[in-house]
Amino acid sequence: MVDWPRLKLSRRGVLAGTTVTAVAVGAPAFTEASAPPAAQPVPTASVTFSVNGRERRLALDPRTTLLDALREHLHLTGTKKGCDHGQCGACTVIVQGKRINSCLSLAVMHEGHEITTIEGLGTPDRLHPMQAAFIRHDGYQCGYCTPGQICSAVAVLDEIARGIPSHVQDDLTASPRATAQEMRERMSGNICRCGAYSNIAEAMADVAGDNA
Amino acid sequence: MRAFTYERATDPVAAARAVAQRPGARYIAGGTNLLDLMKLEVETPTHLVDVQDLGFTRIERTPQGGLRIGALVTNTDLAADDHVRRDYAVLSRAILAGASGQLRNKATTGGNLLQRTRCPYFYDTNMACNKRRPGSGCAAIGGYSRQLGVVGVSTSCIATFPGDMAVALRVLDAMVETIDAHGQTRSIPIAGFHRLWEDKPQQDTVLAPGELITAVTLPPPLGGQHFYEKVRDRASYAFALVSVAAVIQPDGTGRVAFGGVAPKPWRVEAAEALLPQGADAVTRQAFEGATPTKDNDFKLPLATRALAYVIAQAKA
Ligand SMILES: Cc1cc2nc3c(=O)[nH]c(=O)nc-3n(C[C@H](O)[C@H](O)[C@H](O)COP(=O)(O)OP(=O)(O)OC[C@H]3O[C@@H](n4cnc5c(N)ncnc54)[C@H](O)[C@@H]3O)c2cc1C
Ligand code: SF4
Ligand code: FES
Ligand code: FES
Repeated sequence: MVDWPRLKLSRRGVLAGTTVTAVAVGAPAFTEASAPPAAQPVPTASVTFSVNGRERRLALDPRTTLLDALREHLHLTGTKKGCDHGQCGACTVIVQGKRINSCLSLAVMHEGHEITTIEGLGTPDRLHPMQAAFIRHDGYQCGYCTPGQICSAVAVLDEIARGIPSHVQDDLTASPRATAQEMRERMSGNICRCGAYSNIAEAMADVAGDNA
Repeated sequence: MRAFTYERATDPVAAARAVAQRPGARYIAGGTNLLDLMKLEVETPTHLVDVQDLGFTRIERTPQGGLRIGALVTNTDLAADDHVRRDYAVLSRAILAGASGQLRNKATTGGNLLQRTRCPYFYDTNMACNKRRPGSGCAAIGGYSRQLGVVGVSTSCIATFPGDMAVALRVLDAMVETIDAHGQTRSIPIAGFHRLWEDKPQQDTVLAPGELITAVTLPPPLGGQHFYEKVRDRASYAFALVSVAAVIQPDGTGRVAFGGVAPKPWRVEAAEALLPQGADAVTRQAFEGATPTKDNDFKLPLATRALAYVIAQAKA
C-alpha cells in the first residue's frame, strides 16, 4: 500500500504528476475485483547523466520520465510539463545536442547522456542570446511554454546550420536557410497557448541574423 | 503507468530471446509511441528491453545498388541523409511531413513502422475496442470516425495505420529485415508487413512475438519525380487525413500509395498503372469496394484531388 502519511500534498506535490502523487490524486476506487496490489518495495534503477555540465546520479522508479527526473528529483523546474504526451513541446530539452520531448523518454534510457535544460542555456545575469532575444521581442505572455520554445529555438538554428532539411524546403538537396517560413515549420512542435508565435519567430530571426 | 522492469540489450538474439520468452515483454526504441500508450495504460508491458545499444544506426549502400537503413536510424537522420534526399526523396519528404522536430530526433525507423493507430477509441480505455481488448467491440463503428479508414477495413475494426514514412517505403518496395530468438533472419516485403485487420485487429503486423527489426532495405533508385502530399487539419504537426506518396516518371507512368485511409499504406498496382489517364481513373480503381462512413467519406474525393495536385506538379 502507499504510505499515505508520508505524502505531503503541497501544491507542488499535486502538480508534480510523479507516480506516487498520481496515485494520491486519482483517489483510488478499489473494489474487491480490482484489489490494490500487495505492498512491495518500488523497484528502482540507477542512472547517471550530466545535466547542464554537472554529473547527476539518481536511483529512480524505472517509470520516471526524463521530465519528472529533471523537475521532481533534480528540482530543475524550468522545464515544463504541458501535455505529458509529446503534443506541446513545453518539456523540450537538448540531449546529446538534439532537442527532444523529455516527457516521452524514460530517465533510465539516458545513461551517460549530456542534457541541457533552460537553466543550462543561460542564467539571469548571463543570458543565452536566444533568451535575450525572447525578452527583446516579447516572445511570451504567460511564459509557460517559453523554456521549451527557447530550447527548441536554439536547437532549430543548430539544425539549420547542420543542414537538416524540413517539410517546407522546395529543393531537398539544397542547404536550408533560416527564413521565417522555415522557422515556423521547424517550431511547430512547440505550442503556445498565448499565441506569442510571431514574436518568437522574430526573436529567432534576430539571433539567426546575428549568426549569419 | 503500470510498473515494469527494464533492461538494456547488448546483443540482438539475446534481446529477441528476452522478449519472446517473457509474456508482457516489449522492445523500446525511441519510446515516443510506446511510452505515450503506457501512460494511458493502453499498453501495459511488464518488462522493457531497450534496444538503443544494438548499433543498428548506419545507412549503407547495398551490393545491389540500394540502401540498407539500420532499424535505429532516427527519422531526422534518415530524412537528412544525402543519398536519401537525392535518390529516395519521397522518403525524406514523408518523414519530414510527420510529427515534430523533437519527435523525429527520437523516433526510429523500426519504431515508426510499428507505431499504433490513432483511433480515438483505441486511446480511451473506457471505450470498447477490439484492437485494445479483443472481443470487446468497436466503438468507432457508429461512433466518431472522421479520421478512420475507408478501405481495407473490417467489421471488427475500421482504424488506419497512421504513419507517413511507411507510405513512402511502400512506393519504394522496401524490405523489412528481422531476426528472431533463434537467430533466424528474414526479409519481409513492406507490402505484406502491415496486416489488414480482418477479425484480428489486435495484431498490426506479421511479426512474430519477439521478432526484432534490424533494418529496412531499399532497392536501387527509381529515378523520376518524388512527391509526398499530406492533407491534414493544420499545416504541420498533425496526422494525415489523406496522404499521397508518388514517384512519377517523365512519360507519366509511376507508382502511388495512399496514407491515412487503410490499415496499411494503400497501394494498388493495377490502379497506379492508370496514372497516365489521370487521378480519377487511379483512385476509382484504388478505392474500389471502399466502405467509408458518413464522417469520413470526404476522404475519397480528397484522395483524388491530392493525387490530381501531384500529377499537375509533375507536369509543371
Ligand atoms: C504528438 C505526436 C505526433 C506524431 N505525428 C506523427 C505524424 O504526423 N506522422 C507519423 O508518421 N508519425 C507521427 N507520430 C508518431 C511517431 O512517428 C512515432 O511515435 C515514432 O515513429 C515511433 O518510433 P519510436 O522509435 O519512438 O518507437 P517506440 O515508441 O520505441 O516503439 C514503438 C513500437 O515499436 C516496437 N519496436 C521499436 N523498435 C523495434 C524493433 N527494432 N524491432 C521490433 N519492435 C520494435 C516497440 O516495442 C513498440 O511496440 C507522432 C507522435 C506523437 C507523439
Ligand atoms: S476502429 Fe479499431 S482501434 Fe478504433 S475502436 Fe474500433 S477496434 Fe478499436
Ligand atoms: S509535456 Fe512533453 S510535449 Fe507536452
Ligand atoms: S507564453 Fe503562454 S503558452 Fe506560450
